[in-house]
Amino acid sequence: MNLIIVLLVVLAIIAIAQLTKVYDLSRTLRNSREEEITPADNRLNANAWVIWMYVFFASTLYLYGKYGDYLPESASEHGVSVDRLMSINIWMITIVFFIVNYLLFTFAKKYQYNPGRKAKFFTHDNRLEMLWTLIPGVSMAFIIVYGLITWNNITGPASADAMQIELYSKQFDWTARYPGDNKVFGAADFNLIGTTNGLGIVTKEGIQSKMEELDTEMENVKAAIELVKKENGNLIQHRQHSNSILSNMLNGLMPNFFPSEGSATVDYVAALEDELYRLQRHKQRILDLSENELNGLSQWEAGNDDRIVKGEFHIPVGQEVEFVFRSQDVIHSAYMPHFRAQMNTVPGMPTRFKMKPTITTAEMRKKMGNDKFDYILLCNKVCGAAHFNMKMTVIVDTPEDYAVWLAQQKTFGGSKEAPSDSTGVETPKADTLTMAANH
Amino acid sequence: MGAHGHDHGHHEESFISKYVFSQDHKMISKQFLITAIFMGVIAVMLSIFFRLQLGWPGEKFALLNTFLGDKWAPDGILDKNAYLAMVTIHGTIMVFFVLTGGLSGTFANLLIPLQIGARDMASGFLNMLSYWFFLFSSIIMVASLFVEGGAASGGWTVYPPLSALPQAMPGSGTGMTLWLISMVLFVVSSLLGGLNYIVTIINLRTKGMKMTRMPLTMWAILVTAILGVLSFPVLVSCVVLLVMDRTMGTAFYLSDIFIQGEALDVTGGSPILFQHLFWFLGHPEVYIVLLPALGISSEVIATNSRKPIFGYKAMVGSILAIGFLSFIVWGHHMYVTGMNPFIGSVFVFTTLLIAIPSAVKAFNYITTLWKGNIKFTPAMMFSVGLVSTFVTGGLTGIILADSALDVNVHDTYFVVAHFHIVMGMSAIFGMLAGVYHWFPKMFGKMLNSKLGYAHFWLTMICGFGVFFPMHFVGIAGAPRRYYDYSEFEYLNAVLDLNPMISIFAIIGGSAQILFLINFFHSIFYGQAATQNPWNSNTLEWTTPVKHIHGNWPGALPEVHRWAYDYSNPEHEEDFVPQIVPLKAGEHSH
Repeated sequence: MNLIIVLLVVLAIIAIAQLTKVYDLSRTLRNSREEEITPADNRLNANAWVIWMYVFFASTLYLYGKYGDYLPESASEHGVSVDRLMSINIWMITIVFFIVNYLLFTFAKKYQYNPGRKAKFFTHDNRLEMLWTLIPGVSMAFIIVYGLITWNNITGPASADAMQIELYSKQFDWTARYPGDNKVFGAADFNLIGTTNGLGIVTKEGIQSKMEELDTEMENVKAAIELVKKENGNLIQHRQHSNSILSNMLNGLMPNFFPSEGSATVDYVAALEDELYRLQRHKQRILDLSENELNGLSQWEAGNDDRIVKGEFHIPVGQEVEFVFRSQDVIHSAYMPHFRAQMNTVPGMPTRFKMKPTITTAEMRKKMGNDKFDYILLCNKVCGAAHFNMKMTVIVDTPEDYAVWLAQQKTFGGSKEAPSDSTGVETPKADTLTMAANH
Repeated sequence: MGAHGHDHGHHEESFISKYVFSQDHKMISKQFLITAIFMGVIAVMLSIFFRLQLGWPGEKFALLNTFLGDKWAPDGILDKNAYLAMVTIHGTIMVFFVLTGGLSGTFANLLIPLQIGARDMASGFLNMLSYWFFLFSSIIMVASLFVEGGAASGGWTVYPPLSALPQAMPGSGTGMTLWLISMVLFVVSSLLGGLNYIVTIINLRTKGMKMTRMPLTMWAILVTAILGVLSFPVLVSCVVLLVMDRTMGTAFYLSDIFIQGEALDVTGGSPILFQHLFWFLGHPEVYIVLLPALGISSEVIATNSRKPIFGYKAMVGSILAIGFLSFIVWGHHMYVTGMNPFIGSVFVFTTLLIAIPSAVKAFNYITTLWKGNIKFTPAMMFSVGLVSTFVTGGLTGIILADSALDVNVHDTYFVVAHFHIVMGMSAIFGMLAGVYHWFPKMFGKMLNSKLGYAHFWLTMICGFGVFFPMHFVGIAGAPRRYYDYSEFEYLNAVLDLNPMISIFAIIGGSAQILFLINFFHSIFYGQAATQNPWNSNTLEWTTPVKHIHGNWPGALPEVHRWAYDYSNPEHEEDFVPQIVPLKAGEHSH
C-alpha cells in the first residue's frame, strides 16, 4: 500500500516534469515569451478572482451559519458583556472584510490589462488618505473605549462577599481547594509537598514531619557516603568540580561528552554529596518559612479545615467566586470556555480571576437538551505530553445543593491519608541507598 | 570606480569562492533562498504529519510509520511527544528560518545593492558569515528532530519552566539544548545581515537615489533590519538566561517548583519575565516577517498594475509607524498571564493603534489597482492574494488585541487562524511573489507561468481552506497544541471541520511540489530571461542578465526620478525607468 502511494507520488512528479518539458518545447515552437502574459491567461485569472470571491463569500456565510453559534450562552455574568462586545466586534470586522475583499477582487477583474488603454496616473490624494486614516482611527477609538470598560469590569477587585476557591495545577491534573469554615486558606509552600500533602499546605505538624523525613534522608545519605569512603580508602577526594560552573554547563549541554576523570565511585560519591546539599537546602528553606496571621488566624493553623477536591468541583449559582490559581511545576492555563474565563497558573506567582456563575448545570442541560452536558475546566497552555487531557468538571449548583456537597468533602486535617495523589514522591533515593548497601 | 567595477566583471573565480564561500550578494541571496526552500519543505511535511493526527485522531496511517519509524509513529499513530515536537519545530522553522532568514535573507541580499545602485553589500564578508551562521543554525535545528527525547516540544515560544526543566517533558532535554544553540546562531546571522542591510542602504545609494526615491521594498527592508537589530539582542539575553537556568542552577525564570517528586532549589525567579523578554522580540518579529512581504508586494502591484503605488509617502509613513508601534505592543500576548490589568489596558491601546497604518496600507494597495491596467503575472496573483490575506487576517487581530475578548480566545484555534492568515499566508505569498518576480534576475531564466497559476490558486484556496475554518474551531473554545480533541463533548459541533482542514492542508502542501518542479526545472531549462521582463522602473533591471561581480559593467547608474513613474502621461511608454533623465520642465516625484 505504502509502496503504491510512494510510486504514485513519484509518477505524478515525473508526469508534471514531462508535461513541463512538452510545454517548453511547444512554447519555443510558438515563439512565445514567458513574461508576456497572453490575453487569454490574463482574462482567465481576472475572472477567477471574481469566481473565487463568490466561493469565498459563500463559504464564509456557510461557516457563520453553521458554526457561528459557537458556544452556548455565557454561564457567567461578565461573560454576557464579553459576548456582546464580541458580537459587535465580529459585526464590524465582517462588514469590513466583505467590503475590502469585494473591492479588491472586483478591481482585479475590472481593471485587467487592455493594450489599448493606459492606467490612470494617480499618485496620491491627501483627502482620500486622510479619510482612511480617520475612519479606522474613529472605529478603533470606539473599540478601545468599549473594550477597556469591559476589561475593567472583568478585572476589577472582587467584591467583599466573594467566596474564594483555589485551583491548583500540575502535570496533568487540577485540584480545587475551599478555605473551610474559617474562610481563610491555610498557607501553602512547595517545600512541604509530599504524598499526603499534594498542595503543600503548611501546618506545624506538617513542618515537623517533613523535617524529620529530611533528617532521616540526610542521615542515610551521609551513611552511604561514609560507607563508600571507608571501602575505597583515601583514594577518593572530594570531587573538586562538583559545583564548578563550567563543568555543570558542559555536562548540561552535552551529557557524557566530557566524562569526569577517575572511577565511577568518585562520581557516585559526588552525586551523594550533591543530594546531601540538596536536602540541606530543602531543610533551610523550610526553616525560613514564617508564620502569618490573617483575620486573627494563623495561616499555619487555618489549613486543617480546608477542603480539597479532585475530578470535579462545585460552585453555587449567583455567588461571586474569586479563583486563586497556583501551579506546582510549569505554567498551565485555567480555561473555562462556558464562563468566558481564563487565567494562566504560574509557579511562584498566584493569579486571580473572578466571576459570578448565572446558570446551574441542571438548567444548562435543560437549555441544551443534553443530559450529559457539563461545564469544563481545561488546561490551555501547553504543559507536556498529556496536556490535551488535563481537565476537571465544573458543576454549578443551587446554593442548597452546593452546601450539601461541600459538607460531604473531607477536610485536609481530617483526612491525611486521602485524597490519593499521583504525585508520588518517587525519588531515586531508595535506589541509591540500595546501591550503597550493595557497594 | 567604474574601472574597478569593470575589473570585477572579468575576474575568474574558483567554484568554491563562486558557489560556496561567495561574498557576492546575488549568490548569497540564492543560498538563502534555496536553504529556506529546503527548510520550508521540512516544515510543511511536519505540518502534514500532525494534521493527519488532528484530522483523524487515533487512525492508523501506515505511511506515517514508514516515514517516522516506530519511535515517533508506532502502528502509524503519531506519538504524543512527537506531535508536540512537530508542532514546535514547524512553528520555529516557519517563523525564523523560512519567513525571517529566508525572506529577508533572500530579498534583502538580492535587492538592496541592485535597487539602490551599489556594487555589493557594505561588507561582503559579514554577509557571507551571515549565511553560514544561518546554515549551521538550520542544520542544528533539523538535527534536533533526531536526538534522544526528540526536538524541543514546548511550542515555538518555548516558555519556561516547561522548556527549562528536562524532567518536565522529553523534548526539554537535548532537543531543547540544540534549539537554544540553533537560535543563538540564528540571531548572530540576523544581526550580521541586518547591520549590513542598514549600513548599505544608508551609505551606498547611487547618485540621485534619495531616500524618498527608494522603492518601497527598500523602505520595508530598512525598517525590518532596524527592528531586527533592536529586538534580536533581547532574544539573545532571553535565551542566555534560559541556558543558565538549565545548566548553571540559576533561577531567573524559576520559582517554587515541585516536579517529579522533588522540590527544586529555585526561588525568586519569574516565568513571566521570560515572556516579557521573548515577546519584546516576538512581536517586532511578526513585522520582521511581514514588512518585507508588504514591500515586495508594493513593488509587484505597482509594476503589474502599470500604475504608481498610491500614496508613496503614506506607505513609507505607515511602514515607519508599524515599525515603531511594534515595539510597544508585546504585552498583548500576555493578557492572561496575571499581568497587572492596567498594563494590559495600555497594550490594548497601543495594539489597536497598529490597525490604522495597516488600514492605510490595505486601502492604498486597493487604490493602486483602481483604474490600473493589470497584468496577472504569477507574482501579481500572489501579491493580490497577499492583500486579501493581510486584510482578512488583520481584522481578527482586532478581536485578539481586545483584552476582554482575548480572555476567551487566547491560545485557541482562533489565534492559530489569525496569525497563519495575517502572518503565515501573507508573508509566504509575499515571498513567493518575490520569487516569481525576481527569478529572472536571480537565475537569468523565466519560471513557467502556467505552473505558477496552478500553484497560486491551489495555495490560495487550500490556505484559506485550512485556516479560515479554524476561526470557528477557536471561538468554540478548542485550545491549540492539543493532541486529541475527541474527549471534549462540547467541541463535537465544530470538530467535523478537522478532517476537511487536514485534507486542504495535504492538498495545499502537495501543491508546493508544482513550485519546486517549476523552480528547479527552470533554473536549468527555463526560457532565457530578457533584461527587463516586467517592464519595471527599478534599477535592478538595468543590470546584465548574466551576473557579474559588481553588478553594473562600467559606471554605476544615476537616478533621476522615483521608482513609480508608470503610465506617466508625460511619457509615451507606460514605464519610465529611474535612470531616465527628467524631461525639460517635468515634475519629479
